[in-house]
Amino acid sequence: MSQSNSILWSFDVDGKNFDSAGFASQSTKFKLRQLGLNGDIIKRVAIAMYEGEINMVIHAEGGVANVEVDEDKIIITLTDTGKGIADIEQAMREGFSTATEEIRDLGFGAGMGLPNMKKNSDELIIDSAVGKGTKVTMIFAI
Amino acid sequence: METDKSYCAVKIDKDKCKGCINCMKKCPTEAIRVRNGKATINYDRCVGCGECIRTCTHNAKYATSDSLDLMNDFKYTVALVPPSLLGQFPNVIDPSVISNSMKNIGFDDFYEVARGADLVSALTRKKFEECDRQKPLISTACPVCVELILIRFNDLKDYLIDIMPPLEIAAKIARKRAMKATGLASEDIGVFFISPCPAKVASTHRGFYTENPGVDGVFAMSDICLKLMHISQAEVDITRPIVASNLGVAWATSGGEVSALDGRVLAADGIENVISVLKELESGKLKDIDYVELNACPGGCVGGVFTIENPFVAKSKIHTIRRTSLYNKKNTVDKIEHLDEYLRSLDWETDDVFVLDKDFKKAFVKLRQVEQLLPQLPQLDCGVCGSPSCRAFAEDVVNGIVTIDKCVRQTEENGIDDDLIKKETE
Ligand SMILES: Nc1ncnc2c1ncn2[C@@H]1O[C@H](COP(=O)(O)OP(=O)(O)OP(=O)(O)O)[C@@H](O)[C@H]1O
Ligand code: SF4
Ligand SMILES: [Mg+2]
Repeated sequence: MSQSNSILWSFDVDGKNFDSAGFASQSTKFKLRQLGLNGDIIKRVAIAMYEGEINMVIHAEGGVANVEVDEDKIIITLTDTGKGIADIEQAMREGFSTATEEIRDLGFGAGMGLPNMKKNSDELIIDSAVGKGTKVTMIFAI
Repeated sequence: METDKSYCAVKIDKDKCKGCINCMKKCPTEAIRVRNGKATINYDRCVGCGECIRTCTHNAKYATSDSLDLMNDFKYTVALVPPSLLGQFPNVIDPSVISNSMKNIGFDDFYEVARGADLVSALTRKKFEECDRQKPLISTACPVCVELILIRFNDLKDYLIDIMPPLEIAAKIARKRAMKATGLASEDIGVFFISPCPAKVASTHRGFYTENPGVDGVFAMSDICLKLMHISQAEVDITRPIVASNLGVAWATSGGEVSALDGRVLAADGIENVISVLKELESGKLKDIDYVELNACPGGCVGGVFTIENPFVAKSKIHTIRRTSLYNKKNTVDKIEHLDEYLRSLDWETDDVFVLDKDFKKAFVKLRQVEQLLPQLPQLDCGVCGSPSCRAFAEDVVNGIVTIDKCVRQTEENGIDDDLIKKETE
């Protein structure tokens, strides 16, 4: 299926607003339900996208979430211009986190986000440069 | 009672409807559209919250309930009295007067729904001791909130507590007690609920309560209050004492249900607030909360559309009753055995009423069209088109329910490019 046949939508993820964090994944979830997709894939997309969205808020001062759906897959791209990830392998480890004490007090920083994104997606690609930003791509087969 | 899955308690009087868009804008599930100058309800989406009835200034929205004549079909009748009824009479402080007055208006006996609530609290406290339970547990007492979860937040259905709601427990006990007292068969006994809301009429008819036979009919609280107006306090014989506790009666108002529980609890009232809490829950926040109380009506059941008293006045009245008449009444149900018969298995059916098309390929095309059309719409969410938001309008256009020229934008120079819709549908 060609590019132009996919469904596209996107969100600006506000890095200063913890309250609105989760909006992109919630709206996406609702749209996927409108497609009548089965509950399992919707749940996986919502969990993984929520983690990615939160990461952009707490580690990168926000960014853009793009969703592309075609008839056999869902591609989620989260792009930010934040501080970047120095060692991706290390960041992927369960329990690894650079979150500050303040962030931990808010209930984040268990170092489980990226592992969860890996577990829930069929493919996870992280592209990051220190000082430039991070691009996380997740693919889910329908 | 025969169950009818499509029963809906909210109706529109087309003659009175002026086609304003107030109700449509208030509907939490976007169930209302205004077409050809009249509001219409998509009953698959209606959760019976009554918001449209509250907003309509033309009295074009009304709620149905069962006729009091239904009582004549039974040899013996029991009124299930909800705690919210106690708040409807500013000058009557004694709850036993109100409950016993049921016999003055044709019922043979009464049973307190607040007692059912006491049992739910006792069972919930027991659940709190189980270590591997779901967190949080969500109350099932308000049928609107349950329906809302089933159609809009269906991931949360597994959190609904597996205990019968107070009404169902009360109905079960009331019937058993009446059978024992009279020797009559179950079918000769009519158990009727005096409801603060249309939602409980609808949920009863739809078969929401699994205990069968449960409630035989649901009367509007306003109808009952009208009859009670003609009864003076002196005429009421107190033949049966009140058994519900102070805490059971508290369920009439928001925050009352959780006041009987320890642990971390949360109470939300008013449909918008309920939705905001459900959104938090859905995105996985609130994991350390033990119990969530949800009431669709502002202030709790005292805010139901069948109540006659101002919810704040009713709340104050219930507060007084709890502090005076019921002050020393402790919830004694913890000692009751066989509590387990009020547990119920979770077999909630979810319903995807927001799917654009049952066929995935068609739904896919429709969602793409919606996403393409939406940026061209003015994003005013003005409702002039008869759909509650620009997004809902785009969905309606794509579903062929309305034509694109209904959007205000069409009257301006730069109209909408509707080719994309035409192209795709051809
Ligand atoms: N978008 C990002 N920009 C910069 N650094 C990031 C980004 N996403 C993740 N990281 C880094 O990777 C680490 C691990 O991320 P992960 O999501 O697994 O855990 P966390 O966000 O620290 O905690 P949790 O997700 O459990 O709340 C983060 O602590 C952070 O250092
Ligand atoms: S809050 Fe009470 S009165 Fe209102 S809809 Fe729910 S159950 Fe009915
Ligand atoms: Mg994270």
